[in-house]
Amino acid sequence: MTFNALTGVLVVPAAAAALLAALPNYRATARLNVAATTLTLICALSLFLGRPQPSSYLLVDDLNGTFIVLTTFVGFTTSVFSLSYIGHELEIGRLTPPFVRFYHAMYQVLMFAMNLALVANNIGLIWVAIELATLTTVLMVGIYRTPEALEAAWKYFILGSVGIALALFGTILIYMAARPVVGEGLDAMVWTVLITRAGDFDPALLDLAFVFLLLGYGTKVGLAPLHAWLPDAHAEGPTPISAVLSGLLLNVALYALLRFKMLLAVNTAALAPGPLLVTLGLISLVFAAFMLYRRRDIKRLFAYSSIEHMGIIAFAFGMGGPLANFAGLLHMTLHSLTKSAIFFAVGHVAQVKGTRRIGDMGGLTETNPVLGWSLVLGVVAIAGLPPLGIFMSEFLVVSSTFARAPLLAIILVFGLLVGLAGLFLRLNSIAFGEPRGTNAKAQASYVPMFAHLALVLAAGIYLPPPLVAWFQNVARLLG
Amino acid sequence: MSRIDFDIAHLLAGSLVLISFLELYQDRLYALLNVYALHALALAASVAWQAFVQDAPHLYVTATIALAFKAIVIPVVLHRIIVRLGIHREIEDVVGVGPAMLAGIGLVALSMVVMLRVTHGADPLAREDLAFALSVVLLGLLMMVTRRNAVGQVVGFMSLENGLVLAATGAKGMPLVVEISVAFSVLIAFIVIGIFLFRIRERFDTVDVQVLDRFRGERG
Repeated sequence: MTFNALTGVLVVPAAAAALLAALPNYRATARLNVAATTLTLICALSLFLGRPQPSSYLLVDDLNGTFIVLTTFVGFTTSVFSLSYIGHELEIGRLTPPFVRFYHAMYQVLMFAMNLALVANNIGLIWVAIELATLTTVLMVGIYRTPEALEAAWKYFILGSVGIALALFGTILIYMAARPVVGEGLDAMVWTVLITRAGDFDPALLDLAFVFLLLGYGTKVGLAPLHAWLPDAHAEGPTPISAVLSGLLLNVALYALLRFKMLLAVNTAALAPGPLLVTLGLISLVFAAFMLYRRRDIKRLFAYSSIEHMGIIAFAFGMGGPLANFAGLLHMTLHSLTKSAIFFAVGHVAQVKGTRRIGDMGGLTETNPVLGWSLVLGVVAIAGLPPLGIFMSEFLVVSSTFARAPLLAIILVFGLLVGLAGLFLRLNSIAFGEPRGTNAKAQASYVPMFAHLALVLAAGIYLPPPLVAWFQNVARLLG
Repeated sequence: MSRIDFDIAHLLAGSLVLISFLELYQDRLYALLNVYALHALALAASVAWQAFVQDAPHLYVTATIALAFKAIVIPVVLHRIIVRLGIHREIEDVVGVGPAMLAGIGLVALSMVVMLRVTHGADPLAREDLAFALSVVLLGLLMMVTRRNAVGQVVGFMSLENGLVLAATGAKGMPLVVEISVAFSVLIAFIVIGIFLFRIRERFDTVDVQVLDRFRGERG
């Protein structure tokens, strides 16, 4: 096989993982980590220039092209952030060099797994990739070896495995549905084949399969009531991993669900997957919005905010139609950028203040103006205030819902407002008021955070027409 | 397919469900591991029979993995771990034996009703295999819920995976990629769990998950 961009997206992280596991010097490996993610990003971008023909295992189309670029971009900026973050952790002795080596290797394995899940054209391969991503993140969440970290990792592992197991059962059922139509063997698991023949599948089997897939991958998306692992895993792992979990891994699981949703949409006799997603999305949104009020831990606060936003995105895709899908895609992209920027800020805040307890920190805008105001800007963005991008995507979700189901729109707006108030209540005590807590010097790298926030701000003010056309095209694909 | 082929496949898959019930009420870890080994043995036999009936030689690989890895290596290693941790005495269940068995019967009935109704188009062997497989999966889940002990939960998870392998082999002609991945994932999962158990032992002197709960992230 000749070298092309698609193999690059997979081979670069895989090779980097092996290399990082072998090299002992942690200063050099941290830079190598950045170099590898840069190279992966370049490969991903060059997919726009020309894409290979779909094979039985791999596929690149407009839908996953969007996801791949987003994943590799956030993967790249997070590796830049992790350079300074991990340096600090080494200095204060929370991590030792062997663990750092392990961390960098696992980071690349995670990138590989997520890229594989995105480019897989085979429903079995998607499952394998998501399983691999789950296992790597379990190891990363437990890396500090504190009792809390171990409990979080154990909980995540058990709940994640059960979810993954249910998803596999759903995958087997899809194969069973496809076998009488497509025939035995590999073809009956190839997505591009399935989508053309799904109209003839047995609808009852498809329904059952989708329920299992929704429960399975829905656990990984963090939809309430399947979300129990998410706040712990976000809070206890290293902050770069929280950023990647929130910004990317949840999206990847959602992407898998969307692929199966498209299969069901082709079959007119099967149940409509939309209402299921809408229901779970609304439950997640309202539940997480209320949970924001009682958070005492800053990372848990933003973990619940991620559940809230995954709820909004699932809701938008569940509503379907060109406008709601467009809004969902835009919201997903902007949420990834904003939430990872917030976690970059939070990571430095926790390092400066020496704690994650919201009660022990205060007056951040006074003591660390740059960090404090960036956090404020990030929270303003994630809460959905203009002129930042998320305001626009939330506005699109709400307005497209009002036109079709006013009652649902009212619940949606209610959830959004409750979440907004909750976030600002907590932000107020963190960023303003009497300075509290220790005040170590931040040796932060602000560039990734600023880059993300600038993109979100720019998207709120002006969306370039080619991007709009691209998203509209993908939204049509999603049906 | 001849009548006798069908009956044997049925017998083996059914025995897997029965052994799942046996696992449900074991209150000693040693006994639990022995029953799990039996579970894996029944799985290996069932997969091997499917390989023979479907004339699919690659399934023998899956059967061998089930036999060597799940029925022998894992139980032996777990035996050694629980001896080293000094927890080979009793394990407590959250709910009693009676309610657990009743819940199990309910779950089997549920999976029969669901699967047989949904799959009437498929061929009889595959459809009944799938119904049995779903029962095993649900019983594995039930076991994970009723056990407080980390080792018990892990055994529950592994029997759940056995149910998945049964389903995958029952689906005729399913590509090998999935079977290998399942076996592989059990291997990885096992390593992960092994590491965790040791760490947990180091930190808490117990593998009782309830003790872990004391350290929940947000107290105070």
